[in-house]
Amino acid sequence: MTDHGHQGPAPRVAIQFQDLAKQEHAAHFGMWLFLGSELLLFAGLFGLYTAYRTRYATAFAEAVHHNALWIGTTNVVILIVSSFTVAWAVHSLRRDRRRTTLWSLAITMLLGLLFLVFKGIEYGIHFRDGVFPGHYYAYQEMPGHGAQLFFTLYYFMTGLHALHMIGGLAAIGWVAARVARGKTTAAYPIPLELGALYWHLVDSIWIFLWPMFYLTTG
Amino acid sequence: MNEFMRRLLMLPPQASTMARSIDYLHYFVIITTMIGAAGVAALALYFIVRYREGTGRGTNPPPDMRPHHARGGVSLWFELSVFGSLLALFVTWWIIGFSQFIRIWEPPPDSMTIYVVGKQWMWSFAYPHGGGSVGVLYVPAGHPVKLLMTSRDVIHSFYVPDFRLKADVVPGRTTQLWFEANQPGRHRIFCAEMCGPGHSEMRAEVVALPDADYERTIQGLAPAQISGPVQGLAIPFEADPPEPLSLAAMGQRVAAEAGCFRCHTVDGTPHIGPTWAGLYEATIPLQDGTQVVADDAYLTRSMMDPAAELHRGFLAVMPSYQGLLTAPQIGAIVQYIHVLGDVSRYPGEAPLPAPVRGTVPLVNPLEGTAPGEPRAAGPRAARPNPTGATP
Amino acid sequence: MTSYLTETTGIKSWLLTKDHKRIGLLFMIATALALMLGGVFALLIRFELVSPGPDFLDGLTYNRMFTHHGVVMVFLFMVPVIPTVFGNFFLPMMLGAPDVAFPRLNLASFYVYCAGAAIVLAALWFGGIDTGWTFYTPYSATSPTSVAIAAFGVFVVGVSSILTGLNFIVTVHTLRAKNLRWLEMPLFVWAIYATAIIQVIATPVLGMSLLLVALDHAWGLGIFDPSMGGDPVLFQHLFWFYSHPAVYIMILPAMGVVSEVVCTFSHNRPSSYRAIAFSSLGIAFIGFLTWGHHMFVAGMSVVDVGVFGILSMMVAIFSAIKVFTWTLTLKHGRIRFTTPMLYFFGFMFLFVFGGMTGVAVATSSLDVHWTDTYFVVAHFHFIMVGGTLTMYLAAIHYWFPKMFGRMYPERWGLIGAAGVILGFIFTFTPQFLLGNAGMPRRYWTYPPDYQWLNVASTAGATILALGLLVTLGYLIWALFKGPKAERNPWGSRGYEWLAPTPPPVHNFEAPLEITRGPYDYHLPET
Repeated sequence: MTDHGHQGPAPRVAIQFQDLAKQEHAAHFGMWLFLGSELLLFAGLFGLYTAYRTRYATAFAEAVHHNALWIGTTNVVILIVSSFTVAWAVHSLRRDRRRTTLWSLAITMLLGLLFLVFKGIEYGIHFRDGVFPGHYYAYQEMPGHGAQLFFTLYYFMTGLHALHMIGGLAAIGWVAARVARGKTTAAYPIPLELGALYWHLVDSIWIFLWPMFYLTTG
Repeated sequence: MNEFMRRLLMLPPQASTMARSIDYLHYFVIITTMIGAAGVAALALYFIVRYREGTGRGTNPPPDMRPHHARGGVSLWFELSVFGSLLALFVTWWIIGFSQFIRIWEPPPDSMTIYVVGKQWMWSFAYPHGGGSVGVLYVPAGHPVKLLMTSRDVIHSFYVPDFRLKADVVPGRTTQLWFEANQPGRHRIFCAEMCGPGHSEMRAEVVALPDADYERTIQGLAPAQISGPVQGLAIPFEADPPEPLSLAAMGQRVAAEAGCFRCHTVDGTPHIGPTWAGLYEATIPLQDGTQVVADDAYLTRSMMDPAAELHRGFLAVMPSYQGLLTAPQIGAIVQYIHVLGDVSRYPGEAPLPAPVRGTVPLVNPLEGTAPGEPRAAGPRAARPNPTGATP
Repeated sequence: MTSYLTETTGIKSWLLTKDHKRIGLLFMIATALALMLGGVFALLIRFELVSPGPDFLDGLTYNRMFTHHGVVMVFLFMVPVIPTVFGNFFLPMMLGAPDVAFPRLNLASFYVYCAGAAIVLAALWFGGIDTGWTFYTPYSATSPTSVAIAAFGVFVVGVSSILTGLNFIVTVHTLRAKNLRWLEMPLFVWAIYATAIIQVIATPVLGMSLLLVALDHAWGLGIFDPSMGGDPVLFQHLFWFYSHPAVYIMILPAMGVVSEVVCTFSHNRPSSYRAIAFSSLGIAFIGFLTWGHHMFVAGMSVVDVGVFGILSMMVAIFSAIKVFTWTLTLKHGRIRFTTPMLYFFGFMFLFVFGGMTGVAVATSSLDVHWTDTYFVVAHFHFIMVGGTLTMYLAAIHYWFPKMFGRMYPERWGLIGAAGVILGFIFTFTPQFLLGNAGMPRRYWTYPPDYQWLNVASTAGATILALGLLVTLGYLIWALFKGPKAERNPWGSRGYEWLAPTPPPVHNFEAPLEITRGPYDYHLPET
């Protein structure tokens, strides 16, 4: 599947695996299963959104207007670029280019932080207008139930996504430390590959949240 | 036979018209279940005894046995017939059960409607003529009764074991149950959905009366308790009126307090929403090109989800009253619209009717602010008005 | 010869172990404690219900008791027990592997379970919960009890469940011994595999629903609050989307145990291996399509009621296929009637009856009367106790020699099993009748005419408790004083019996060579 370089210590095959190929396959398979379960965590929320959107179609469409499209779209671009940089990191590590790998990972993390900064700015704009989740909702322009539910869902889903983003940052940071210390190398890039997969999931979820909360104005 | 089975299975008396057929299905299902389970256990016991070690009956299988086949195995046809029959049995139960379920759910068209409110931890009832009762539901024996139910707080469930009927009572929406008590009697009502410390004490009673007694009993009831803070709208409601009002008059009061007259007139004048004059059971065109009769059900649905079946020619600006009005309040408004059904929809063609029985004057929606305006009046007032009139 | 029990000593070697067998034992202790705690709550409920009026509990406390019973039993015992104890211990051995795919993740799974259990127990201690284990909104948002903490604790336990399921799926895919094909694996592996699929797919949805409840209770998030325009019935859809498949998480592993016990003690191959293997997958699949049958009267459309009703009945066909196959496996066998077989016999009646009452409640018109009454309580206890608990106990006895190198006392085993089965029947059969008579569930007080059935049920519960205590007693005795066991006292052809008793740290002395099937009773053992 990959062309491992010759640098770095020979990877250790754990005793339960018959050979290295099985071990790598297991690692990837396990990660995909984990990503599947994360997707299902959000799936129920997508279902909730769909149910409420059907009931409050006009209010939802109106409320989407209030979300700043420029922030949402900027964040999409940020994440797509960061997915590219993390993929570049994997690509570089496989070719044993450690410095490029580390730079790519650093940029990825920076972009992730930037995403969170923009999210924070956006939340700040909302708070200023009185858009709070749940029973604290106090936005005078759209006082109806539909808008209140829309923004509550918005906060919960983007908040859950932001938590996953923080988790992704931690994962990428941990992998970067391993690469820096020479423990994850071209000979066994699995930890970086798995971390990158997780990052791509976090990106993909945002790609779904973006139209739900920024584009569908009715 | 029915009585024997009913007592054996400890089922309560069959006090509704549906109960007996439900019980017949019950007997069929439970007898088959018992025979099936006992049969399987008996067969297992028989094999265990017959093939126990030491009898020499079960020897090691021959070495040339085909893989994946055991000697105890039976032919594929036998297996398919067993599971085919089981499937047929289950489908039969489903067909009978589902057709009964549909009959349980669909009330007959001539049902009398009674409004039920469940709240922690009591049941209260409102009757069409305006009376109300707490803890006792009076129904005429031998007539179908439809219950329109809602909850004031959490989910409850209205359960009458003698009728074999149950429906959850949910806040924010109206649920429905119908029954016909086949003879006079008293029947327990339980709450069947966990609702707090008072759950097991949230009981009431159905009292089914013969026709003659029913009218008398109902007329003697105090007015239905439909006043009280409307959930979600901070409207101060005055105390109950000193003399009894008809349900329609109460409906007029509730409509005023809930702000309906900001958009709906009662004399045929065109305004933001359709006029209520002559509306009841008129055939009206909808946005999607179809037509509908504006009956009780349509009017109730319109209050819960106005945009779903929007009257053609009007904008979708009506807010939903789901969760804001209780079932008796909805019933009262519908009753008021019913009374207004005699008013001509075209002003000038017929004289205005006499004021509705009672002491409350008509509220002119075009003068003054109705109570219940939202806190921020500014942006709302600036909203474009299709008729050009200022609210 | 050292075994996994004696190879390393000291508390750290146990608490930081990566050996799947030791982790299985850690889970065994934790889940057994959960069973005992859940049992205490059950006895408190039954004693309070002996008289129609209040006895020694007030209404709020009684409501806490049944909620705690449900939460502890479902999430801390029933869902994890057979996979984390026997799945952990025997899955690798049955595949001829030295361990699971991710041993460190396995240990993490245990500690996440402990953390979740600790949070749940803290919630139960400080304030308790009274919503029922189903956490229905809006009551769960307004209840004066510790709903948010408990819901969060269950969420954490759910994470443990997902990690275990993930680990097992990867193990089955990647760690089978050379020459071990899918259709040659022991049937217990198929059962654990099907269960693991459900765990990974369904548990996240529960996690999300409980997170929403926790935030609603703590901070007024209000997604299901009607005063905010929310729909409380939507919560029920989300909750049952997990919690119905959860009942298959609870029963499928027990069915896996049945397959192993029946074949071993009949000294016979299963009458149709494929029927059992594929019906496990069938149950897992259809189990996801039936959740609405918990909501027939909750306000769903009539069409939904019809669809969910017929799909619910389909699941029973798969279970019937298994029961049929197990019964025929007995035929022409050479049957040894041991304690596991007595539990199996109890299972055959109790699970079949419980399962068929499941088809009965899926019959929509009948369920209108039965839902939320003691009939449903009896139905699910017949399956969970009569099905899962009996086979959990069977598994303990069956695998006791392999796990501990000692035999349990057979006569006491039969006595304990008889006590459990009879006690169970007397506890729950009256509850079917109570449900028919109209007694709703979760009732602290009830009309006096329901009393004698309640007294009968409480008497049965006492017998059941005694049976379980007796069992616990002699099992602990056997751990230390039981006669030493040989490698394969039952003459089973299962692969786990090829290992020494008790097994060494990496299960087999040399990598396992598979030369026969796990049910080849026509061949000599080795």
